[in-house]
Amino acid sequence: MKKVFTRPVSLKNAVFHYCPGCGHSIIHRITCEVIDELGIQDRTIGVPPPGCSVFAYYYFDVDMVESAHGRGAAVATGIKRAYPESIVFTYQGDGDLAAIGTTETLHAANRGENITAIFINNAVYGMTGGQMAPTTMLGMKTTTSPFGRDGKLEGHPIKMSEILAQVEGSCYVERVAVNSPANIRKAKKAIKKAFQNQIDGRGYSLVEILSPCPTNWKMSSVRAWEWVDEVMSREFPLGVIKDTTGKRSAD
Amino acid sequence: MPKMLMTGNAAVGEAAIRAGCQSYYGYPITPQNELTEYMAANLGRRPGCAFVQAESEIAAINMVYGASVAGVRTMTSSSSPGISLKQEGISYLAACQLPAVIVNMSRGGPGLGSISAAQSDYFQSTRGGGHGDYRTIVLGPGSVQELADLTHHAFELTDKYLIPVIILGDGMLGQMMEPVEFSHEAPEVPPVRQDALRGAKGRPSRFVRTFTSNPPDLEEVNWSLFRRYQLLQKNEVMWENYMTEDARLIVTAFGIAARIAKGAIKQARANGLKIGMFRPITLWPFPGEQLKALSKKTKFFLDFEMNMGQMIEDVKLSLEGAGDVSFHGRPGGVIPTPSEVLRVITRIYYQKGLS
Ligand SMILES: Cc1ncc(C[n+]2csc(CCOP(=O)(O)OP(=O)(O)O)c2C)c(N)n1
Ligand code: SF4
Ligand SMILES: [Mg+2]
Repeated sequence: MKKVFTRPVSLKNAVFHYCPGCGHSIIHRITCEVIDELGIQDRTIGVPPPGCSVFAYYYFDVDMVESAHGRGAAVATGIKRAYPESIVFTYQGDGDLAAIGTTETLHAANRGENITAIFINNAVYGMTGGQMAPTTMLGMKTTTSPFGRDGKLEGHPIKMSEILAQVEGSCYVERVAVNSPANIRKAKKAIKKAFQNQIDGRGYSLVEILSPCPTNWKMSSVRAWEWVDEVMSREFPLGVIKDTTGKRSAD
Repeated sequence: MPKMLMTGNAAVGEAAIRAGCQSYYGYPITPQNELTEYMAANLGRRPGCAFVQAESEIAAINMVYGASVAGVRTMTSSSSPGISLKQEGISYLAACQLPAVIVNMSRGGPGLGSISAAQSDYFQSTRGGGHGDYRTIVLGPGSVQELADLTHHAFELTDKYLIPVIILGDGMLGQMMEPVEFSHEAPEVPPVRQDALRGAKGRPSRFVRTFTSNPPDLEEVNWSLFRRYQLLQKNEVMWENYMTEDARLIVTAFGIAARIAKGAIKQARANGLKIGMFRPITLWPFPGEQLKALSKKTKFFLDFEMNMGQMIEDVKLSLEGAGDVSFHGRPGGVIPTPSEVLRVITRIYYQKGLS
């Protein structure tokens, strides 16, 4: 019998702790598929953050090291420079990458560190209970913006991908979403390209992924998927933001 | 090997390279810039080695963390305000039991403080420094030669015990020039730690983490750390007794303060006063038993530090009431002269009726 669907080899046989409808589980799976397809499981080192994905090492069957909140890009720099044969990726939330870790992220990109960043934008601090993130939509209510985010008081949703695209050292920045089968396929393609760039030694690649958090958005899973299209991707337009590789996405 | 004339900062850099340090991450701050510059010039372009001028001390210590995870000998350096920023990373290194060497050419504080030599970071260094229940090994060199020797020793210790090592120097040690001799050649092939994360090739995947949702797991980690701390206390304390045999008053001092005190003690001896000195070289673990042993012969101690009295707490804890401890301190980056210390020694000697 022909096998048409199976668990990626790089994904451990473990039950996800993520909420139903959470984007993290989908992103884990497609990242592992990419690691399998590129044949890099035995030289990949992942750097997960504090955040809902803090236990990513229970799921990814690759070497992993926990980073302090926001410091993933610096930790990845240390690993990659010490052992350039490795394939190093960071896995970072929006609080992690776009607030506390902005400096480390921007400078790793500017140095053109040959690493891959998977950036999960769910517009909230998931793990700590749904506080406002730098990517929270204007008007959106969170536990720390109970009256809705007001740009004058709380700033505007920050577009890290566009910012990171500005620096010389980044070679590829794309924003994708995981809220439909078609989008998930695109997201996987982008992740694959971001890893391929590292294999080819091209520098810093980042894939921003709009990722549903039904729990803190206080929506059903289906409604959360719709909300990514109707609201989030208006503020954060999907597509390639920068690509200096001269290559189309892998396969 | 001929002696070389070097600044303390450069000597640390050279000793680190000779100890097989393969990656250095730093951020400019006075009075340790010569060390970062030495590594830029002498480590960065060596095959297989890495030098990065990081965007902050926070980034630098996290690069160290990454390099240590990948199994290479690694170091960062800074001075007081920068060391404060590194504390988060040091806590993570301690928790993950990752080796690293951190150099603090300390300066006056608090705040931005002064750029002159001070010993105000003794508490921060010897009490863990960051959050959580941990210690680091703390070495307190007193000369450029000792900076070089202890740098080599630091790499050996951190690899052996998997505990980060702080070299607590100061701005004066870092910037003064002295002849120095190196007893090691850089290894042809620098060592890579067995438990490094370099990809799951021919073995199951591994992870390094600190977070747990199960407190008893963390308690195990704490216990394991503390068992090693006990071993350190037993096996690795270093100290110097200077003219303590017949001393009626013993000065306790570390690092550059001990160097200044030595000048004063020589003069005091020439004046006929029986003064000695106890100098801890490992500031943590503190050579408490060795100090206590001295109280069998003398009851009078004078603790001298370039701060408002930090090591004195360890001195008193070690003596357990068995000594009368006076104090002289100069904080803020003021560097006292041997004649000032001599005056204090002489006054206390006569006040306590030791003549
Ligand atoms: C220094 C520090 N500050 C705060 C925290 C608490 N904390 C843990 S995860 C997190 C943010 C999580 O949000 P995000 O990065 O968006 O990830 P998500 O959970 O949404 O996937 C915070 C603030 C921490 N672990 N460390
Ligand atoms: S809180 Fe949100 S981000 Fe976290 S697991 Fe649940 S759905 Fe996912
Ligand atoms: Mg988030």
